[in-house]
Amino acid sequence: MNIFNQTGKYFALLLKVFSKPERHSLYVKQTFNEIENLGVNSVGIVTVISIFMGGIITLQVAYNMTNPLLPTYLIGLGNRDTLILEFSSTILALIMAGKIGSNITSEIGSMKVTEQIDSLEIMGVNSASYLILPKIIAVVMMFPLLYILSVFFGLIGGMIVGPAVGAVTVTDYLNGVQYLFNPYYITFSLIKCLVFGFLIASISAFFGYTVEGGAFDVGSASTRAVVNTNIMILVWDLILTQLLL
Amino acid sequence: MIEIKNLYKSFEQKEVLKNISKVFNKGETNLIIGRSGSGKTVLLKSIVGLHEIDRGQILYDNRDFTSMSTKLRKKLRREMGMVFQGGALFDSLTVEENIRFPLDMFSVLTPSEKQKQVDFCLERVNIADANKLSPSEISGGMKKRVAIARAIVMNPKYLFCDEPNSGLDPETSLVIDELIHSITVDLQITTIINTHDMNSVMEIGDNILFISDGEMCWEGNRKDILHTENQKLQEFVFANKQYQRIRDDKINQ
Repeated sequence: MNIFNQTGKYFALLLKVFSKPERHSLYVKQTFNEIENLGVNSVGIVTVISIFMGGIITLQVAYNMTNPLLPTYLIGLGNRDTLILEFSSTILALIMAGKIGSNITSEIGSMKVTEQIDSLEIMGVNSASYLILPKIIAVVMMFPLLYILSVFFGLIGGMIVGPAVGAVTVTDYLNGVQYLFNPYYITFSLIKCLVFGFLIASISAFFGYTVEGGAFDVGSASTRAVVNTNIMILVWDLILTQLLL
Repeated sequence: MIEIKNLYKSFEQKEVLKNISKVFNKGETNLIIGRSGSGKTVLLKSIVGLHEIDRGQILYDNRDFTSMSTKLRKKLRREMGMVFQGGALFDSLTVEENIRFPLDMFSVLTPSEKQKQVDFCLERVNIADANKLSPSEISGGMKKRVAIARAIVMNPKYLFCDEPNSGLDPETSLVIDELIHSITVDLQITTIINTHDMNSVMEIGDNILFISDGEMCWEGNRKDILHTENQKLQEFVFANKQYQRIRDDKINQ
């Protein structure tokens, strides 16, 4: 019963979030702040993770290509498709659920337990909309950009590691990256990114907004938010892959 | 004026407020007093609509708050100001931005008019020098002053204070009490303060409601309280030896 109760509360909160804002200009300003806080400030970690991710995928593909008849440019192709289809969208989403999601839950949760949300309500502000809507817009807007960045740096990572360990030459790797490229894979993954961005921001905000108690409860809510967001990302990954590929 | 009629509130099976009726007058500091856990905060939060009540009526100058639509409630809330126990200042904003926030959100004033109003409120609570600081850089007493300034920036008709003296030293508590009292009288607003601080009761208690275990036990003013026959109120007020002496002196006089 608890899962139905929580789901009902989640959709009730979303209704409140998507109601008419009081003052558009303040919401726009808040959205730009969130784009910087949640999106731009994630560029560093996305870059580092993606370079390593691309390098590791390249090593794994090379290690599994035991047949000498297989051309080495397939290493580049394997890295490209793995990054585009799954790693730069889903794996990045799981990592971002930890970084951005816990940030959102703890920020809103702290505001809840210190009565800042009550304070907004007393002023006549729709606290859910004012606090959550800019975060959802920011994450949904920024996640596809982070995805593109991740694919780019993942391919760079592969291009550094593959030739460095002697698995593939730079020329073969770049040939593989361009070989049999299907642009629809990018469209498919961008759609996934929009969905994942919405899930990360909205689920994390829900757990923060509904927290009761003190600092300990905010910590627990952050953990629950990350776990639930990760599960929902994987569920939606399965659904979207079945529907769109 | 705020009037509450036969107010009941429960959480799950536990009845927290039982049949509370009271009129809170304009231009007076109305106090709700009682022990910790007696239902004071629940009553205050029910009056402002942060808790939905089970039964009863809450009237703001004869406007029935309980039967209002969400839209009308939001409109009425712009006539309210509230000072929360911990201040509830927005951490990401400076003192000045905290005070300006309701103006930015709702008023149609020009930026210079907003600044004038913010400066007036900062002066009113004597923290003009702290305007550029963030809430984490100021003391507890200053936080309360900022919260009061933010609560009055929209010229509210109703001011609510939840334990405004909690965590403050006696001297700062007196200053905060005086500030709230003078704002109430000067601006002719209806102020309700939730407290268990007996100094506040004796200093500014124009109209006092004593609740015990969620029930209304006694009402009167600070002068009546010394002569009360109510057993529960006596136990609450005269738990402190200092107030026992004050009462004995009054009786001897």
